[in-house]
Amino acid sequence: MQSFVSSLVSVAFHGLAYGMILYVISVGLSVTMGLMGFVNLAHGVFAMAGGYVMLTAMNRYDVPFLLALSIAFVSVAAASILLERLLYARLYTAGDLEQVLLTIGLIFMAVAVARLIYGTLQQPVHLPAYLKGQFSLLGRDFPAYRVFLIAFSAVLVAALWFGVERTRWGAKVRATVDNRPMAQAIGINTSRLFTITFALGSGLAALGGGLGADITAIQPTYPFEHLVYFLIVVAIGGLGSLRGPFVAALLIGVSDTACKYWVPQFGAFFIYAATIALLLWRPAGLFGKA
Amino acid sequence: MRIKLMACIGAVALVAAAGLATAQTVKIGVLSTYSGPTAAQGDQLDKGIKLFMKLNGSKLPPGVKVELVVRDDGGANPDNAKRIAQELIVRDKVNFLTGVVWTPNAAAIAPLAGEAKVPFISMNAAGVAIPYSSPYFARVSFTLWQSSYPLGQWAAKKFKRAYTVVSDFAPGHEAEEAFTKGFKEGGGEIIGGVRIPLANTDFAAYMQRVKDAKPDVLFAFNPAGKQATAQMKAYSDLGLDKAGIKYIGPGDLTTDEELPSMGDAALGVMTVHHYSAAAERPANKAFVSAYKKEFGQNLNPGFMAVGAYDGMQLIFDAVNSLKGNVDPERIMAFIKSYKNPNSPRGPIAIDPDTRDIVQNEYLREVRKVGGQLANVEVETVGNMVKDPWKQFNPKK
Repeated sequence: MQSFVSSLVSVAFHGLAYGMILYVISVGLSVTMGLMGFVNLAHGVFAMAGGYVMLTAMNRYDVPFLLALSIAFVSVAAASILLERLLYARLYTAGDLEQVLLTIGLIFMAVAVARLIYGTLQQPVHLPAYLKGQFSLLGRDFPAYRVFLIAFSAVLVAALWFGVERTRWGAKVRATVDNRPMAQAIGINTSRLFTITFALGSGLAALGGGLGADITAIQPTYPFEHLVYFLIVVAIGGLGSLRGPFVAALLIGVSDTACKYWVPQFGAFFIYAATIALLLWRPAGLFGKA
Repeated sequence: MRIKLMACIGAVALVAAAGLATAQTVKIGVLSTYSGPTAAQGDQLDKGIKLFMKLNGSKLPPGVKVELVVRDDGGANPDNAKRIAQELIVRDKVNFLTGVVWTPNAAAIAPLAGEAKVPFISMNAAGVAIPYSSPYFARVSFTLWQSSYPLGQWAAKKFKRAYTVVSDFAPGHEAEEAFTKGFKEGGGEIIGGVRIPLANTDFAAYMQRVKDAKPDVLFAFNPAGKQATAQMKAYSDLGLDKAGIKYIGPGDLTTDEELPSMGDAALGVMTVHHYSAAAERPANKAFVSAYKKEFGQNLNPGFMAVGAYDGMQLIFDAVNSLKGNVDPERIMAFIKSYKNPNSPRGPIAIDPDTRDIVQNEYLREVRKVGGQLANVEVETVGNMVKDPWKQFNPKK
C-alpha cells in the first residue's frame, strides 16, 4: 500500500512537471492562435529562437540563467514585432490555408537558418547549481529543476489569467477578438493591440523554449518535433480560452506519465488516443466556444 | 547478314569502350541523412567522408578517378531509401553503394544491391541480420551484439539484478536480447525491462519506474543523439545514481559528440564500444587532431565519423588493389579478406563468412580528462570480436 501511495506521488509529480513543460511551450500559441485567431504553426520557431538566444548567452557570454531567460523573452518578442508588421499583419483577415502556408514556410526557413548557424547537434544546457540535483520534501526527493518548472509555470498561469481577465488590456484584447470592427469603432487601436499581443505570445514561446531546454532539446528541427504537442494542447483546451490549454496540458502530462509508468507497453500511443477521445467528446475542446 | 555482324561487332566494341571508361572513374553512391530530425547522425558520416577525401582523396592508381554521388534519404524511411538506391544503381551506375545511417534503410537496399551486383558497404546501419540478405553487403560499423553481449558477461561478474531500458525499434531489441543473454549466462537476473518509443521526449516516468524496481544496474540503449542525453539527464535528475543504480550500455549511450551536452551527469557511466575519441592509439590521435583541425577544436569525432572514414578507406583500398578495375566479384573477394591494422579504433577486419566487421570491444568509463568529459578506455573486453549473434544463428 505504501509503495502504491509512493508511486502515486511520483506519477502526480512527474505528470505535473511534464504538463507544465507542455503548458509553458504551448501557452504562447494559445495567445496567438487561441486569442488572436491566427493559425501560427511557426510557434515552435519562436520557442526554438528563445532557446538558442538563452543558451548562446549562457554558454558564450556566461550570462546567469534567469537573466539569459529574460533576454530570450525580450529579444524574441522584439524580433516578432518586426515579423508581425512585415508578414503576419497582412494575413489577419486571410483564410486559414494562407496562414498555414505562410507559417509552415517560416518553419522550413527557420530550420535551415538554425542549422546553418548552430549545426545539427543539440545545444548543451548547463543549469545553475541551484537547479541541479534533488529537493527534499517530506522524506522524498524531487528533482529541483522540475520543482522550479512547476512553480514558475504556476506564477505564469496566474499572471496571464489576471492580465486577460482583470486588466484593461485584457478587456481590449477580448473585445477585439470578438468583434474587430466594433472595437475599432469605439476607439481601440486594434492593430497596435494585436502587435503587442503577438509579441507577448512569441515572448512566451521563447520563455517556454528556454525554460524547457533541458528536457526538450534545442536543435534545428525543434519547431517540427513539438508542433504536434502545441496543437494538441491548444485543440484540447479549446480556442479562445486561457484556462483550457492549462487544464489540457495538465491532463495530458499526468495521464501520459501514468501510462508510461504503469503500462509502458502502450508507450507514446496514449497521448494520441486521449486526444481523439477528448475531441470526439467535445469537438470544440474542453473550454472552447462551440 | 554482314550488316548485322558489323553491328554486333560495333556494339561489342562500344560496350568494351564503355567498360574501359567506367573503370577509370569509380563512382561511389553515398546515401545518408542530410535533412530531417536525425540529420545530426548523417552529419557525422558526412564529416568522416569529407575528412577522408581531404586527406586521402588523391591516393589512387594513375588514371583512376573517384566520384562521389551523394544523396539524402531524410531519415529512417526504407521506401525512400530504396528508391534513391535504385536511382543510384540504374541512372548513375555507381560501382559502390555506401553511407546509410539507418538499419531499416540498409535492410531495404541490401537485396537491391545483391540483385544489381553492386557492393554495398554499411558505414553505420547495424541491424544484425542484414548481411544474410545480400551477398554483396559488407559492414565496417558494428553490431549491437558485438558490444552488448560482452557487456552482459562483464556485468554479470559485478551485479546481480539488472533492469533494461531500450528504444523500441530493431537495434534496441537486439541490444536488449544480447545483453540479457550475456548477463543471464553469467548468472545475473533481469528483474524487468521497458521499451521506449522512438518519439519520446520525457524520460522521467521511465526512470522513476526503474528507480522503484531497485535494480543494481540499469542497462540502456538509445540511438545515439538527443534521446541519449535526455535519458541521461532524467537518470541523474531523479537521483538514480545516488540510489546506487549503475548506468551501463553500448557506446551509443555516451557518444563522444554528445558528452558535452550531457555534462557531469554522465560521469561514471560504463559502456562497451569499439570506438572512443579519447583512445590513446597513435592512429586515433592523428585522426582526432585532423578532425578537429578540419571541423573545429570543440568537436569530437564519434563512432559514426570513424565508420564513414573506415568505409572510405576500405573502398579506396579495394580500388587501389584492383587498379581501378572495379568488377563486383573481385571487389567482394577483396573485401572478404580485408584487414586494416591501423583504423582509429584499432585493428579491424571483415569476417570472410559473414562479411561483417571484426574488431576489438573496449570497456570505457566516462571521466574528466583535462576538464573535458571523455570515454576513457579501461580494458579490452573482447579481442577481434566477431558478431556473436551470427555464431548463435548461423545462416542455413
